[in-house]
Amino acid sequence: MIGYIIKRMLYIIPVCLGVTAVCFALMYLAPGDPAQALLPPDATPEDAAYLLRLYGFDQPVWVQYGRWVLRAASGDLGVSLQSQRPVFREVMSALGNTAVLSAGAVLLAFVLAFILGTVAAYNIGSRIDQASTTLSITGVSVPNYWLGIVLVIVFAVELGWLPAAGMGSAGSDSFSLTDWAQLRYAILPIITMSVLPLGIIMRSVRASVAEALGQESIQLLRAKGLPPYAILTHAVKNAFPQILAVMGLQFGFLVGGSILVETIFNWPGTGFLLGKAILTRDVPLLQGTILVLSISFVIINLVVDVLQSIFDPRVRRT
Amino acid sequence: MRNLQTTSVAPVAKDMPLAGKIPVVSPLARVKDLNVQFRSRDATVHAVNGVSFDLMPRDVLCIIGESGSGKSVTMKSMMRLLPPKKTVMTGEIEVNGHKVLDLSERQIRHLRGAEISMIFQEPMTALDPVYTIGRQITEAIRAHEPVTTSEARRRALELLELVRIPSAVSRLDAYPHELSGGLRQRAMIAVALSCKPKLLLADEPTTALDATVQIQVLVLLRQLQDELGMGVIFVTHDIGVAAQIADKIAVMYAGEIVEFGSARDVLVNPAHPYTRAMLASTVHGQARDADLPVIPGDPADLRRLVAGCRFAPRCGVSKSLCLERAPSLVGVAAHHDAACHLINSLT
Ligand SMILES: Nc1ncnc2c1ncn2[C@@H]1O[C@H](COP(=O)(O)OP(=O)(O)OP(=O)(O)O)[C@@H](O)[C@H]1O
Ligand SMILES: [Mg+2]
Repeated sequence: MIGYIIKRMLYIIPVCLGVTAVCFALMYLAPGDPAQALLPPDATPEDAAYLLRLYGFDQPVWVQYGRWVLRAASGDLGVSLQSQRPVFREVMSALGNTAVLSAGAVLLAFVLAFILGTVAAYNIGSRIDQASTTLSITGVSVPNYWLGIVLVIVFAVELGWLPAAGMGSAGSDSFSLTDWAQLRYAILPIITMSVLPLGIIMRSVRASVAEALGQESIQLLRAKGLPPYAILTHAVKNAFPQILAVMGLQFGFLVGGSILVETIFNWPGTGFLLGKAILTRDVPLLQGTILVLSISFVIINLVVDVLQSIFDPRVRRT
Repeated sequence: MRNLQTTSVAPVAKDMPLAGKIPVVSPLARVKDLNVQFRSRDATVHAVNGVSFDLMPRDVLCIIGESGSGKSVTMKSMMRLLPPKKTVMTGEIEVNGHKVLDLSERQIRHLRGAEISMIFQEPMTALDPVYTIGRQITEAIRAHEPVTTSEARRRALELLELVRIPSAVSRLDAYPHELSGGLRQRAMIAVALSCKPKLLLADEPTTALDATVQIQVLVLLRQLQDELGMGVIFVTHDIGVAAQIADKIAVMYAGEIVEFGSARDVLVNPAHPYTRAMLASTVHGQARDADLPVIPGDPADLRRLVAGCRFAPRCGVSKSLCLERAPSLVGVAAHHDAACHLINSLT
């Protein structure tokens, strides 16, 4: 078990190296000269050369890469060209904001999907099954920015129950999950973002629980005289590792943030930040954001794998 | 092996006041005119058609017959394990005094695993891969008896020792994939025996095992049957296995019992042409543990049952009578029946 976890952690090293290489290469893949974007139109060639030196753009590529990785490893991702603030701080605060939404959305989606999917799997072909399948297809097909706008119109504009946008008076620096005055602001974006993972996780719960229920081991459980709820528990435990994998993947996608949803709700998360970095050609910010998001994704996957090995003894073989 | 003739006579008979008269022992299980159909939108499958038999306490009955002849369905109906929505069952099944088909869902649950147990062919797929062996046994015990966790665990350990699993203590916390095939099958037997059932149903429990392991498991089953005094119904494809373990043999074809008798009678003096065809190729130099030989022709179509004898289309000696009227089981000798119009003309 411990051996498996250590081995799994060693695997992240090459993945992280790959990620840094891609992030670094972004600078060269982007059209145009990054220094150009910073310079005023009437800058002299000397000014340009100075800026290139300042940012190290005049060094050989591998030196630049090496320096960049070393600095990145110590949490220095450079300074945003636009805001002049450290990229690391900007990204981490955006990541925290997005984490509130994505964790909330995945939790909401998971709880609902788990209950509905299990009930559907236990009653395949019934009304409940059909209704939850419809809900899941709807969840997957409704564009979430559209849903976000509809929710704002209904609950913020018409009913006035919840705020339409923003993070509340405290802003993003001291967002507190326990403070209802702030939590209210997260509700509509969480619901909006939960719909797609809800559909996907529900489908996967229904399929994997139904599969587990069809297995021969269920026959033995019935032959042992276990009551239905005990049998369902077995089926769910069998299906759980698979559900966990789907859930982890959805969480990973959500942590990447949604440019559209965060823009609609004016929520300063990673999607928002990424959009800003692209639109203003802020290369250090873009690199830093992508790097942090990629590494978060890798870590989420690691956590899912470890959890899977806890829930599924068959994975533990080292 | 025990004497085949004495198995169905209860030893207490001599001490009874009526000693000297014919000892009456009521059967452990009694199946009367069992019919099982699976209904779906486009067809009805007649899987079991008028099966009747009695199983005496401490008897081992082997059901043999080719694939699809209704062996597993017969066994599963004795525990009512078939999907209730699409299954229609008629007839009577009585196990240990309980009328199985009349019980409520709750009542039948109390029988399953307590008075009737079942072991399956493939222990790898029948055991739950994410539960430890110990857990799967204690769960069965605690479903029927109000015992504490530690008491259940102690009993689970005893059971693993009962089925001769070496270093049983450490196997309690093992997962099924950590055991070899033979040990896994022993673990499943332990699960089935956890509440000391009166009747054990074994559906091809050794088919998935290697030949040597197969013998060991078979010997173990026979010993346990004797020690615990269980009645056993044992389904197999393998005549060698049947010869080793059976007191009685029932031969099934197209959902019917076509021949029934003591193991010796059926194997030495088979009466039904189907039994003979099966045995013929086995006797002529086939390995003892080979599967039932294939008999030419297609198995009967259970969606459209023909009038007359269902084996007639494949039978080497059938007459026109066989295609017209279905034969019923008649005595060939004492306690030996076969369903064939031509029993008397065959030798
Ligand atoms: N749940 C079910 N639904 C529909 N048909 C079924 C079901 N279970 C069994 N049958 C059908 O009933 C018939 C008898 O099946 P059964 O499993 O009893 O055969 P068997 O004698 O055990 O064969 P095998 O030796 O291959 O195990 C087969 O035609 C099978 O397709
Ligand atoms: Mg079968």
